[in-house]
Amino acid sequence: MNVLRTLDWSPLLISLKTGIVATIFCFFLGLFAARKTLKLGGKARAVVDGILTLPMVLPPTVAGFFLLLIFSLRRPFGAFLYEQAGIKVVQTWLGCILAASVIAFPLMYRNARAAFEQVDVNLIYAGRTLGMSELEIFWRVIVPTAGPGIASGTILTFARALGEYGATSMLAGNIAGKTGTISQKIATAISQNGDYLTAGIWVIIVMLIAFGIVVLMNLVTGGRNRRRW
Amino acid sequence: MIEAKIFKDYGSFCLDVDISAGNEVLALLGGSGSGKSMTLRCIAGVETPDRGRITVDGQVFFDSEKHINLTPQQRQVGMLFQNYALFPTMTVLGNIMTGVRTGTKKEKRQAAEAALIRYQLEGLGDRYPAELSGGQQQRAALARILVGKPRILMLDEPFSALDSHLRDRMEREVLSLLKDYSGTTILVSHSRDEVYRMADSVAVYDRGRIDVQGEKHQVFRNPGTYTAALLTGCKNFSRISGLTTENGVTRFHAEDWNLDLTIPGNHTGQIAAIRGHHIVSASLGETNAFEMEITGAIEDIFEHVLLLRMPGATGTPIHWMIPRGSLEPLPQNTVTVSFPAESLMLLQP
Repeated sequence: MNVLRTLDWSPLLISLKTGIVATIFCFFLGLFAARKTLKLGGKARAVVDGILTLPMVLPPTVAGFFLLLIFSLRRPFGAFLYEQAGIKVVQTWLGCILAASVIAFPLMYRNARAAFEQVDVNLIYAGRTLGMSELEIFWRVIVPTAGPGIASGTILTFARALGEYGATSMLAGNIAGKTGTISQKIATAISQNGDYLTAGIWVIIVMLIAFGIVVLMNLVTGGRNRRRW
Repeated sequence: MIEAKIFKDYGSFCLDVDISAGNEVLALLGGSGSGKSMTLRCIAGVETPDRGRITVDGQVFFDSEKHINLTPQQRQVGMLFQNYALFPTMTVLGNIMTGVRTGTKKEKRQAAEAALIRYQLEGLGDRYPAELSGGQQQRAALARILVGKPRILMLDEPFSALDSHLRDRMEREVLSLLKDYSGTTILVSHSRDEVYRMADSVAVYDRGRIDVQGEKHQVFRNPGTYTAALLTGCKNFSRISGLTTENGVTRFHAEDWNLDLTIPGNHTGQIAAIRGHHIVSASLGETNAFEMEITGAIEDIFEHVLLLRMPGATGTPIHWMIPRGSLEPLPQNTVTVSFPAESLMLLQP
């Protein structure tokens, strides 16, 4: 039990903070993107949808590669950002958030889109004929009606952002107390020190969180479902 | 008052209609997929025609030549959707408040609360749509529309989602609401009875076109076309041959019935038709009277249907509807009936 007393809890805090902030970003961006793509026609929608889904199907290191290509201080845009606005993404907590957001975004976007597609189009038509503005229809009719789907998307997004490893390690690095997330802690505890005890503790914590998230999601989306068989 | 000329090509289906109505109830009668609901959507502005012009009370909603196309929000129409389209996550009061177009939130709430009382929804304001009965849902949807003081009212198959006993009651309620409404109402229906009871004029739809449009009694008495006759409930049709007019009398041979019939006056047409209720029992020697075989009998709730045929007839038998108790005992094997000239219709295909 001495291990627990001396354990550095910062990875938990960093991971949770990263997960929460990235989820908030993804929530609004995902809803926005889902709304926009649903207004597109067939082919344009297929292409845009493909681009927005890409981070989900590619290895996270590929996303890390592109993020570094953009934000590295040795690249034009990254240098510009640092010199003009003082914003540094590489090796910072901002990098953690960015990497987690990019990787988790498709989960939010796809779930929101699927939920929107299930909304009865007559509800939207009714809102229009009743004189509600398009924005009002979106926030007061479509989003609440698509509520369960959006909630499950949000929870999955949080879970994914919480556990992000590949892109984060490339962009934000693993600076203890600053960018050292749980997933990175598990990797380094073993690869550098062979410390299976510390890694194991973090593994248990991650499993508990993940399990809690999945159960929560089932309660949110399936709460009203009866037994079907 | 509405005038609408609408053309829209959907590829496999083409909507091409021209309707007009004063401050009355106009019914669009037609089978499913004939373009009735599509017409309503074009008028409401949730669907855009390829070409045409739509005006309501003199205001242009849509004009393809002048590139005018008001948004649904600007049109201020009241549309009752088939499944009512109540917002499931809002209470009844919240739903009705969305229909109030002007005022502060407090004023909207007051208007909605007044509507709850007016439309017999007292005490249901805090409920969600899923917790209401079918009739209450319909009242809530109507209240939500009528609080917005629509320029035109459109009802899309308003009773199709209701059980039959509720349907009669809601039909009476809606009829009395319509009496208080001074604008134009368009009712979409596939039920001829509903149309006859509720509408002033009728437009009969057939595959995206209007077959016949006119005053209700006129259209039901003399539908003019086969589709209109069919949709207004006529069951007996026959092809015609040898049509002649002489001395003000039209004679023809009804092929499918194997009958030679005469009608005073000059008439043209390719199909003869008669409603089953208009056939009368008669004695031989009267005009258009024949002794016919009875090939079957159907017992309905309020009437008997006898299936009649002349020897040598090839088409489906003629349906003769007899109210219960009006002809006792029911004839067996053969019966002599007449086809009154004023009830015989000559139709275009």
